[in-house]
Amino acid sequence: MNPNLPNSFRTGPDERGHFGNFGGRFVAETLMPLILDLEKAYAAAKADPSFQTEMNGYLKDYVGRPSPLYFAERLTEHLGGAKIYLKREELNHTGSHKVNNVLGQIMVARRMGKKRIIAETGAGQHGVATATLCARFGLECVVYMGAVDVARQAPNVFRMEMLGAKVVPVQSGTRTLKDAMNEALRDWVTNVHNTFYCIGTVAGPHPYPMMVRDFQSVIGEETRKQMQEAEGRLPDSLVACIGGGSNAMGLFHPFLDDPSVEIFGVEAAGHGLTQLHAASIAGGRAGVLHGNRTYLLMDDDGQIQDAHSISAGLDYPGIGPEHSWLHETGRVTYLSATDDEALAAFMLLSRLEGIPPALESAHAIAKVTELAPKRPKDHLMVVNLSGRGDKDIPQITEILKGKKQ
Amino acid sequence: MTTRIDARFAELAKQGRSAFVTFLMAGDPDPKTSLDIIKALPKAGADIIEIGMPFTDPMADGPSIQAAGLRALKGGMTLRKTLEMVRGFRKEDDTTPLVLMGYYNPIYIYGVDKFLADAKVAGVDGLIIVDLPPEEDDELCIPALKAGLNFIRLATPTTDDKRLPAVLANTSGFVYYVSITGITGAAAADSKAVGDAVARIKRHTKLPVCVGFGIRTPQAARAIAEKANGAVVGTALVDALRDSLDTKGQATTKTVAAVADLVASLAQGVRGAKQAAE
Ligand SMILES: Cc1ncc(COP(=O)(O)O)c(C=O)c1O
Repeated sequence: MNPNLPNSFRTGPDERGHFGNFGGRFVAETLMPLILDLEKAYAAAKADPSFQTEMNGYLKDYVGRPSPLYFAERLTEHLGGAKIYLKREELNHTGSHKVNNVLGQIMVARRMGKKRIIAETGAGQHGVATATLCARFGLECVVYMGAVDVARQAPNVFRMEMLGAKVVPVQSGTRTLKDAMNEALRDWVTNVHNTFYCIGTVAGPHPYPMMVRDFQSVIGEETRKQMQEAEGRLPDSLVACIGGGSNAMGLFHPFLDDPSVEIFGVEAAGHGLTQLHAASIAGGRAGVLHGNRTYLLMDDDGQIQDAHSISAGLDYPGIGPEHSWLHETGRVTYLSATDDEALAAFMLLSRLEGIPPALESAHAIAKVTELAPKRPKDHLMVVNLSGRGDKDIPQITEILKGKKQ
Repeated sequence: MTTRIDARFAELAKQGRSAFVTFLMAGDPDPKTSLDIIKALPKAGADIIEIGMPFTDPMADGPSIQAAGLRALKGGMTLRKTLEMVRGFRKEDDTTPLVLMGYYNPIYIYGVDKFLADAKVAGVDGLIIVDLPPEEDDELCIPALKAGLNFIRLATPTTDDKRLPAVLANTSGFVYYVSITGITGAAAADSKAVGDAVARIKRHTKLPVCVGFGIRTPQAARAIAEKANGAVVGTALVDALRDSLDTKGQATTKTVAAVADLVASLAQGVRGAKQAAE
């Protein structure tokens, strides 16, 4: 643990967008004026009660919040330890937590008078959420998606197109999420005058990591209230998967200053941590990419390495800067789950609870199967079910077919 | 301190002409060919040489320069080898200014202090780091100035009069005006708009202003050189290099000449221009 622990883990970032050594604003000059404008526009929105009221209206009636906190009785029985609750973000409109953040950003974009929205997407969930809200508010929508991901997340590509978005397959680099983000940044540099970049996770230049976290914190705030109602006290532990880390930050942030709450983030270990994986904290170090300083997978020359995960949404060589700081301070423990562990967890939750989780969320479930049995029966564990598995069914069918042969 | 960049602009002012600035990617397509090309540039008419430091994720570059970076990385280029290349060039040329251009991460991983010391010894004169705005000056800009290297900042059409002083505050050597909002290799801005922008920047600084992005022909280079203290050409040179490669992406006997010939004709364009009015 860091000897200089802060009084509070919830006050960051500082005015320059730093969480300890992480975060910042590492972008081309063309974008800086816009980023400073966005920072102002977001601060104004946050201070404006009508913004919150309007947002709460859409969260309730359009997104379908609050999402339930569901006691997973059969999973709990099966594991024989902690009492496991699922925070059901997969029941949100569009099927994941991504919609919380997109709603917030689209409302800020509207306040800024922007008519064209761009986004990057890996699994397609952020792209679907963005396409959905652009349809709802009549905005032009362009989604960058790595060509590899376009192939493995076909249902979401159809969905985005059906919603009126233009999906651009990115052929550069490794043709996955990081390249989609590069391409979105290139678009933004080119069309900065009329375009709002809706970033899908708690990464990017300040104020994005803070803004996205704030919009996702609804997950943790509801969880606090719902757990009080269900059990009359706070949970003892929280578990969430980490791509960039937005569903995790959303669940964790409201609990960071409650020392009794153990917090676990689960990265994607892919084929294993000594092979191809996407675990930036377990296998990376501090570097600068996509507008922020954070843990990244890279070689000795500072070149960014390919990430690998069975789950397109976790297949990113970085992590949000606030997580890097929470790791270094020791407040959050970062674990990782392999592709195979995630697949097994997918099957387990489907069979026991009738809830096929997104392959992303399955990484969190995988670690719950290790953590929960070691905890006493009165231990309250909350797992964020960040998305539903429908989008992954074609991919999983293929994998299972391959295994049978 | 006077750097090779300052000396070069003083000399050009005496000659009454603007600078021709070339950009190529270090190690493209392999370290040896790349050094041969760089060595050929001054004779072909380059006044200042920018060398790209290859990076896997060049977020402000277009397809040509992205591909050049990947060719270089595939050819085994590293930041250390880029500095070796500069040392190789300096063995024969101690006057042509050399500017390294790229992204921050490889430098951060190399170690800022070690990089600055090694770059200075190798004979680097200035740095252009695309993803370090003035808001992050503590990272590299201030240490670079202390180490005796120029830190050249990009100004863009979105850099308004209110922001310009912040952008110029720690800039030295020259100001690089990016004539469009966009990535490298995109279409050029017209010379009238460039002239207005250069005049606007010059109201805030005495530094020379060079203009780049989208210049491909001697005519375009000449038009820009009439409005600015220098014209920068990158993508067109990188494309000429690429077109000289064989089907496997390897250098051929034509590669060095292909770049040098284009540099010579672009230099003719720049030399035909009058010096921009001070
Ligand atoms: C369902 C789901 N969960 C998790 C993630 C990972 O993102 P984050 O770590 O930002 O929550 C994604 C990203 O696409 C996702 O679609």
